[in-house]
Amino acid sequence: MNLTMSESEPALLLRLYRELVRLRVVEERIAELYPEQDMRCPVHLSIGQEAVPVGVCAHLGPADYALSGHRSHGHYLAKGGDLRAMLAEIYGRATGCSRGKGGSMHLVDLEAGFLGATPIVGSTIPIAVGAALGAAMRGEPRLSVAFFGEGATEEGVFHESLNFATLKRLPVLFVCENNLYSVYSPLEVRQPPGRSVRDLAAGHGLATASGDGNDVLAVYRLAGEAIARIRRGEGPALLEFATYRWREHCGPNYDNQLGYRTEAEFRQWQARCPLSRARAALEAAGVSAAELEAAELAPRAEVDAAVAYAKASPYPNAADLASDLYAAAAPAPNPELPPHSWPAP
Amino acid sequence: MARPLTYSQALNEALALALERDPAVYLMGLGVPDPKGIFGTTLGLAQRFGAARVFDMPCSENAMTGVAIGSALAGLRPVMTHQRIDFALLAVEQIVNQAAKWHYMFGGRMRVPLVIRMLIGRGWGQGPQHAQCLHAWFAHVPGLKVVLPATPSDAKGLLLASVADNNPIVFLEHRWLHNVSGDVPEGYYTVPLGRARVARPGKDVTLVATSYMTLEALRAAELLAPLAIEAEVIDLRTISPLDTATIVQSVRRTGRLVVADLGTRSFGIGGEIVARVAETDPTLLKSPPARVSPPDLPTPTSPVLANLYYPRAIHLVAAVRRQLGLPTDPADLTPAPTARLDVPDPSFAGPF
Ligand SMILES: Cc1ncc(C[n+]2csc(CCOP(=O)(O)OP(=O)(O)O)c2C)c(N)n1
Ligand SMILES: [Mg+2]
Repeated sequence: MNLTMSESEPALLLRLYRELVRLRVVEERIAELYPEQDMRCPVHLSIGQEAVPVGVCAHLGPADYALSGHRSHGHYLAKGGDLRAMLAEIYGRATGCSRGKGGSMHLVDLEAGFLGATPIVGSTIPIAVGAALGAAMRGEPRLSVAFFGEGATEEGVFHESLNFATLKRLPVLFVCENNLYSVYSPLEVRQPPGRSVRDLAAGHGLATASGDGNDVLAVYRLAGEAIARIRRGEGPALLEFATYRWREHCGPNYDNQLGYRTEAEFRQWQARCPLSRARAALEAAGVSAAELEAAELAPRAEVDAAVAYAKASPYPNAADLASDLYAAAAPAPNPELPPHSWPAP
Repeated sequence: MARPLTYSQALNEALALALERDPAVYLMGLGVPDPKGIFGTTLGLAQRFGAARVFDMPCSENAMTGVAIGSALAGLRPVMTHQRIDFALLAVEQIVNQAAKWHYMFGGRMRVPLVIRMLIGRGWGQGPQHAQCLHAWFAHVPGLKVVLPATPSDAKGLLLASVADNNPIVFLEHRWLHNVSGDVPEGYYTVPLGRARVARPGKDVTLVATSYMTLEALRAAELLAPLAIEAEVIDLRTISPLDTATIVQSVRRTGRLVVADLGTRSFGIGGEIVARVAETDPTLLKSPPARVSPPDLPTPTSPVLANLYYPRAIHLVAAVRRQLGLPTDPADLTPAPTARLDVPDPSFAGPF
């Protein structure tokens, strides 16, 4: 969903708001249905963090690549991933985007340019860099985005990836959602105080920015600048966004009672809900209540239909257990592709 | 005096004893001091022994393994924990190139007393990257010891033996064992590494099992009993060192061998055990041996596929029957589409 220059701010915000609501409705439905015990895989909900995927992906087209980790529903959907295939995957059905082999933690939609999400912390970051390398070597005007949490920046592979991306000036955007926690472990026990993820990236020579990850317009603007820069061939960038996960690390419930974070902190972040804030801004800009309500109701039918589709879909059959282990024989090299058009002279 | 404890309580007790006995022992790992305490195994330990000896770490498995090795060289005895073996793969370089070889490659001048606890996940859609059973990989590496307790009392005694050992040890806990109860002796004791346990005596067939598969083998022995087939169940407890003598002694009496392992079939524990028996005396076996294990495939997520992936007691029974010339109707081995085999017990409501 590319922005036209003439789009007015309220119109833009309304468009972003619709997508925020859509992500929220989908995940709240997952949380509601999860206790039925028919979604038999771990789910990591991004409720509260929707503004980052929405604000970033608004600048991407299906030709651009994106990858994510365990908490990927928002990235997949905002990038244009098929909702029905995602829900069917979570329900373990043959119609799922990974044909039931992967579940919630292994989403993919190639038509939308979503190259995959896998739940080993940090591990898709270099793969996003490699996708950018592939695009660059083939002379394709694609950009690649790696979505990850602040926990992933503690893995060596994060640093190695940034180093290589800068070295080769690759068209890759690193997007860090800093939600202060890795499971129940607060940032303080994992990273030194006063040193941001952004600082790390600056040290690696990337263009960097940080901002309020619960303000969809702020995310949209920062992402727009970074992406324009990358598309101009000026090298990789990293964006760090402050945000907060509302529900438990994994699963449909709230878990503040465990005591790893305070109720006060949680409420403070809930008060900064990315949806409510966008809504308030829209109201202030004069968008009518009827229009807002229509935007809020709109995703429900789509989600109902997708859930019904997923539940009615068949399970994989016994033959599917052993399918897809090895790919079929490789096709001949395509002579139309310029194999060594990069680095550009 | 023994009293019933769960496997995770037994591990918790072992860790407390290890910390209490030796100030050089410390625990680290993602989530070690958190409110869930690695499925209960580390609960209360940070409070009791202090944050300096029981601590969380960054998502930095590779570096932190090197840090653990270095601290061991400097006189400490680290116990590191990974909530899935799959996460420890980031540290394979440190484990395999450094920890396993440090003693040998420097002519025995230094030692690395390091225990790396790794959980083997299973169930509720853990899928391709959260449910691997790669103990055979580690057992293939000279210099590592590989321990897989199946009972609460062994979990405690083997963990204490591992902490006392002066070598790097990969200590594997199956997720479906943490809530299993059994009698556990009080106080400090060790169970020697490298000695298998006869979990059930029998004379007709030897079932050799690792970790959780010991429970399936015991169930299989129960199912075989009414057919007047007495199965001997051997719980390996450690696969490196491997107690060949106990296995051979049993097969010498029974003449039949079925190995039940958690890892995928090829190049696994089953092949090693069959080879050792054949190398010892090729005439011991009255019928071809069998390996019962998941197929050579990644773990699928869909519960329907996972049901087909994991072998159960009935697959062991079928393997034994085949050795005795008794066929099994394949339909008996096919789970009903509604079967909920992806949870250790019906009270489980996900997610792991
Ligand atoms: C290599 C690795 N280590 C540990 C884990 C367990 N784990 C799963 S999600 C997660 C939290 C990571 O935190 P962050 O990257 O900040 O993402 P968030 O969950 O906050 O979105 C951890 C530690 C894992 N999946 N992979
Ligand atoms: Mg985080």
